[in-house]
Formats: sequence, C-alpha cells, structure tokens
Amino acid sequence: MSGTARDQILARIRAANRAVGLTDGGPDGAASGPRAEGYADADADADAAYAALARRYLRAHHDAAAHDIAALFAERAADYRAVVERVPESGLAPAAARVLATRVAAAPGPVLAPAGLPAGWLAELAAEITLARDEPPLSAAELDRAAGVVTGCAVAVAETGTIILDHGLRQGRRALTLVPDFHLVIVREDQVAADLAEAFARLDPARPHTLISGPSATSDIELIRVEGVHGPRTLHVLLAGGDQGSGAM
Amino acid sequence: MTAPGGSMPTYLGMPSFPAAARTAVADSQLRANLTHATRTIRAKRAGAVAELSDWEELRQAAKAIKDHTLAHLDTYLLRLEANVTRAGGHVHWAVGADEANAIVAGLVRAAGANGIVKVKSMATQETGLNEALAADGIGALETDLAELIVQLGHDRPSHILVPAIHRNRAEIREIFRRRMPGAPAGLTDEPAALAAAARAHLRQAFLSAQVGVSGANFAIAETGSLVVVESEGNGRMCVTLPRTLISVVGIEKILPSWRDLEVFLALLPRSSTAERMNPYTSTWTGVTPGDGPEDFHLVLLDNGRTSALADRTGRQALRCIRCSACLNVCPVYERVGGHAYGSPYPGPIGAIISPQLRGVTSPADASLPYASTLCGACYEVCPVAINIPEALVHLRAKVVDAKREKNFSPERAVFSLSGRVLRSPRLLAAAQRAAAASGRLVFRSGRIRRLPPPLAGWTETRDAPVPPPESFRAWWSRTRGGSGPPERAGPRS
Repeated sequence: MSGTARDQILARIRAANRAVGLTDGGPDGAASGPRAEGYADADADADAAYAALARRYLRAHHDAAAHDIAALFAERAADYRAVVERVPESGLAPAAARVLATRVAAAPGPVLAPAGLPAGWLAELAAEITLARDEPPLSAAELDRAAGVVTGCAVAVAETGTIILDHGLRQGRRALTLVPDFHLVIVREDQVAADLAEAFARLDPARPHTLISGPSATSDIELIRVEGVHGPRTLHVLLAGGDQGSGAM
Repeated sequence: MTAPGGSMPTYLGMPSFPAAARTAVADSQLRANLTHATRTIRAKRAGAVAELSDWEELRQAAKAIKDHTLAHLDTYLLRLEANVTRAGGHVHWAVGADEANAIVAGLVRAAGANGIVKVKSMATQETGLNEALAADGIGALETDLAELIVQLGHDRPSHILVPAIHRNRAEIREIFRRRMPGAPAGLTDEPAALAAAARAHLRQAFLSAQVGVSGANFAIAETGSLVVVESEGNGRMCVTLPRTLISVVGIEKILPSWRDLEVFLALLPRSSTAERMNPYTSTWTGVTPGDGPEDFHLVLLDNGRTSALADRTGRQALRCIRCSACLNVCPVYERVGGHAYGSPYPGPIGAIISPQLRGVTSPADASLPYASTLCGACYEVCPVAINIPEALVHLRAKVVDAKREKNFSPERAVFSLSGRVLRSPRLLAAAQRAAAASGRLVFRSGRIRRLPPPLAGWTETRDAPVPPPESFRAWWSRTRGGSGPPERAGPRS
C-alpha cells in the first residue's frame, strides 16, 4: 500500500547522508566513506557505532550505600503532591484499610483490585467496603463509578519520585489505574531504584508501562503547575519496609 | 531550496515575520501574558537543571545519540518497522502531509468511526490533520487542556508545549464560558477550577472513544516501543481506552535502544516543564492482548525532514525533542509570541525548522531566519545542543542565495556601489565630500530619521547618523599637508 512512500523515504535518507559524507557518528564522527544502497552490513555497522558512543554522564546520582534511597523516594514523590506514608510490613494491612475507608466515606463506590494482589494487603478491610475484580473485564463506565483502585507497582525511582507500572500482576491493565479518581499504590522498599538508569534496566520493554510522578497535573494555564486533570486526582503511596517505623510525609 | 513533499498549513495570508511581529508587539495584553509565563518557567528550569551535576554530559550524550541515529536513519527505521510489526502493530510511511492525513482518514473510516480523540501532537499540527479530517466529515477532539483552549477559542497554537500560553486565566474562563458546552455556571478563573471544567467536559468523550490519535516523543527501534510524555492523563486516555490507536510520528523521533530513555527522560521534563519528571509517561509495544487498543497503526512521516537531513548545518535541527526551552529564553519570542512565526513551530527552533521543512520561497519562511538577535541563549539551554544561531546564519545565506537571481535589491545595489567606491581613494574622497555637503545642507537634527526609497528599509527601525562635516582623510590631508600615510595606505587607482 505504501511501499512506494517507504522506498522513496529510505532512498532520500540514503542520498542525504551520502550528500553530507556521513556513514556514522554524525558531523563529529568518523566517516568511513559513503554507504551504498542496501549495504550488507548496515545493521552491524550501526550497532558498532552505537556501542562506541561516548556516555560520560553518571548512570547513578545516588549511591545506595551512602543515601537512604527509600527516604529520598518518599520525599520526592511527596514533592509532586502524592500523599506518601512509610509503614512497616506489619502495618501495611491496617494502613490500607484506613486509607480506603477514608476514601470510600468521601466518595462511595467499589474499590478496584487487580488480579494477583496479595490477600494480606487488604486483610483488615472494613466489611462495608466492596472490592471489585476486573474479571470479566469491567466497562469504562464501571471503572468510572469506582471509588478508587489499589495496586502494587513494578519499580519506583527515588531520584524523580516516580512509580512505574508494567501492568502485570498486582497492577492490572492500564485502564484500571487511569479511569478511577483515586489510586492507592503499595511500594515495597526493595522495589525502589535510586536512579532512572537502574529503573529502566529492570523493565521489560515488551510490556506496556506507565510512569507516574504525582497525581494528574497540568502547566497549561500560565505555566503554573495545577494538580488534577484527567488521571487520578489523588495518588496515595504506602511505602512498606522492614522496621522503618511509620509516619505521614 | 525546495522541500519535496514538505508542506504545513500555511496560516492564511501568512505575513512575513516583521509584519506579524509589529502587530504582536503592539498588543500589551499578549506581551504581559508572555512575559509572566516565560519568566516563571525560566527560573524553575534553571533550578531543575542545576540539580543534576552531569547535565552537560547528558546533553552531549543526547546529541551524540541523535546524530548517530540520523546517520543510520534508514537502518533504524527498518528495525523499528520490523519490531512494531512483530509486536502486532501496522506501519505506514508518508512522504508528505496529505499522504499522512489520507492514511489516518482511511484508518478512521475502516474502524467505522466518525470522530477521534487526540493527544497533543506536533506532527499532526504540522500536517494539518484536524482540518483534513474535517473535510472528510471526521471530527477531531483535542484533549490537551491548552489545545482545547485553542480549539474552543478558534485560535492558533503559539507555543510548542503550552499552545495557549498567549491566554491568561481570565481569557481562558471567558472562552470556556462562551464555547464549552455545559461549562459550570459559576466558573471562576482559578486554574484548578478551569482544569476541573476541562475534566468534566472531556470525560464522556474519553470513555466512549473508538479511535485515538497521538504522536510520540520517542520511538525505540530495538524494541518497537513508542513513548508519550505528558502531564494531564489525556495522553493515557487516548492511547489506552480506544479500540484503535493511530500514532503519527516524524522519522527523526527514533532512538536506537530502550536504554537511551535514561538520557532523554532526564533531559526532556527538566527542559520543558522544569520538573524532575512529568506526571505521566506511557510506553507501549504493538498491541497487548487484554490491555489497551486491539489495533495499532504507526504512520512514519517525512514531510521535508529528508531535505533538512541533506543539509550539513541544518540537519542538527532534526535532533530537536520539542521541549520548548528555547522559546522560553528567547528575547524575541518573549516580545512577539508564537503566532508571528506563522508556523506550528514557533520560537528559535521554529525559525530553523519551518524554513527547512517548507523551503525559503515564501516571504514568511524567508523572513524567519532573521527573527533572532543571535544572542545564543537558545543554544545554551537546548538539551540536545542544537546550535540555533549557527543554523540561523546558515539559513540567512540560503535566503540571500535564493533571492539573488530574482529581483532588484537595494541592499545589493548599495553594497556593490560601496565596494567600487571603497576600492578607489579618489571616488571615496569625492563621495565623502558630497556626503559632508549634503549633511550640512539637509540634516539639522544630527540624525537622519527617514531615507528615501529604495533605502527606506534601513531607517524603518533605526536612525542613520548624519555624515560628519569633514572626513578623517580630508582632515588628515588638511593638517599634515598630504604627506601622511593614509593616501598611500590603499592601492592606487
């Protein structure tokens, strides 16, 4: 259907790169003569040049040995108006029960729970709270009627206060954490990576991902950040760790 | 220079930059809005950047990765195509804007829909997708808050990141009250109230949308993944809820590998919204059964990019990641705003992208390389180290070359005449005597406020000094008796 356009674009790219005498590395790189069309080793050539690219930046800004990475994550997630509480593992179920009871009292409706959520997390939930499972998949309208959603996460990033979902077990498909107006995320301390580079290395690119840094926001009016547009307007994080003691940030 | 296939909406009767700027600068409300917004963001950006001790190294790595990718663009595009296809997506190629729009319209019809929800996308601004779809009877709903403000106000975007930056909160409230169906009666001009109104307005559209259209900030060749960086969650809605997703992406948005995101996601949010990280980033690879769209189409767009690629100096503009930091620091942008640039790409980066994508034949495009003081602030903040002043000067040369054969230019006539005069001491002395005499006769204020045509252009924005009553050479020969060196300094005629 668009074979012609494809061929034209590829031919124009090759002609352009030949015209400026480039085969690799950009204007500063070593040029080893013009590359012929359909050059057999184009892939190997690109890979070799890519591997040789200079990367002098720091892959880690925070050394886990010298920094309290979990504390840094808690601080930076709170910077973007996420509500962050640090709780010991043993305090997780009561904290989740308290947070969800407050939410449901303010905005009645079922609480969505994705497949694979550890039973222990919601063990102390008050009887009047209804849990809704996404099996069979709920409609968008049903998701919109929920009081909120509770999930785990894949990885968190301390440096940027970011939570990353890969929408596997404990997280549910993407719509589940998007349509409801309230999102409770439970993060274990061992899921917190210090920096972006470390976090990305832990992910499987084939999966869909959502990186979340604070609740939905916009800077579209006078370039001032305002929280609360289309995504969940409240992001509540329970950061669960060994015997860290608890407290709201 | 011609740009085969390159076309963008020519904003109707698009005047040249100086003409458009004159109107904009006279609008004091516009200037106040722009000054307020750009100053706020400049200070915040500086803080966000200062947090990273290796900012310059990140910037240089980003530049190197982008240059490398452009040098192997054919290889990486083929790799991207193979990996998107393997993951269940469909890849289309479009040489020009019309072709891209036709592909999208065909896909929307095939999905049996008559409307789409859209995430803010520069590529579809560039192709004029909304207008093309409207001509086909397909409604496009912009869901980004600023794009919604622009769409409801029948306005044009004026900033890459914040298309409604030229509007303040009171103006936005007026637009919502008049044009947004079901806007709350007591709507205030609090930004939070305005955002809540937009949320309520778009909710049903998101929940029932059949087709979503997006661009992408990055496309990863190694994995076939697309990345959309946003704040409001409207992007997540558009790439998640509809059954069909169409992403229109410029061929230069490609990155070799997943790992490169560690560089670009460190640079982009800090440069654009001055945040450590933007609220939401979505990545997806083809289709995922049971999660999100069942049908995914990637439209790869050239639209003049390969023309820029063939220009040794100009191609660096293809490194751009559309952060808009250069707009926010530009003294020219701050005073005239985005509309004067007559293109979806305003500001310093627009002044080097638009003439390359569209060519320099129209008066508007020919004037854009001059829409700068060459102060270099844009280069300094650019997260991919695009030397915008260098590219501007280069494009000015192209504009002059393009004009050279065409018609009479007073500038060229003056310079060719002065060349002859300056080569001859005899002619120079005569010219100086004539100038001094005319200066004494005509000009009494000490400044020449207006030269006659065809030299009027010179005094449009500046006064010309009155020639002195006596030239240095005349003074020298009068006081040293003509024995000094100045008469011998130049070649004799």
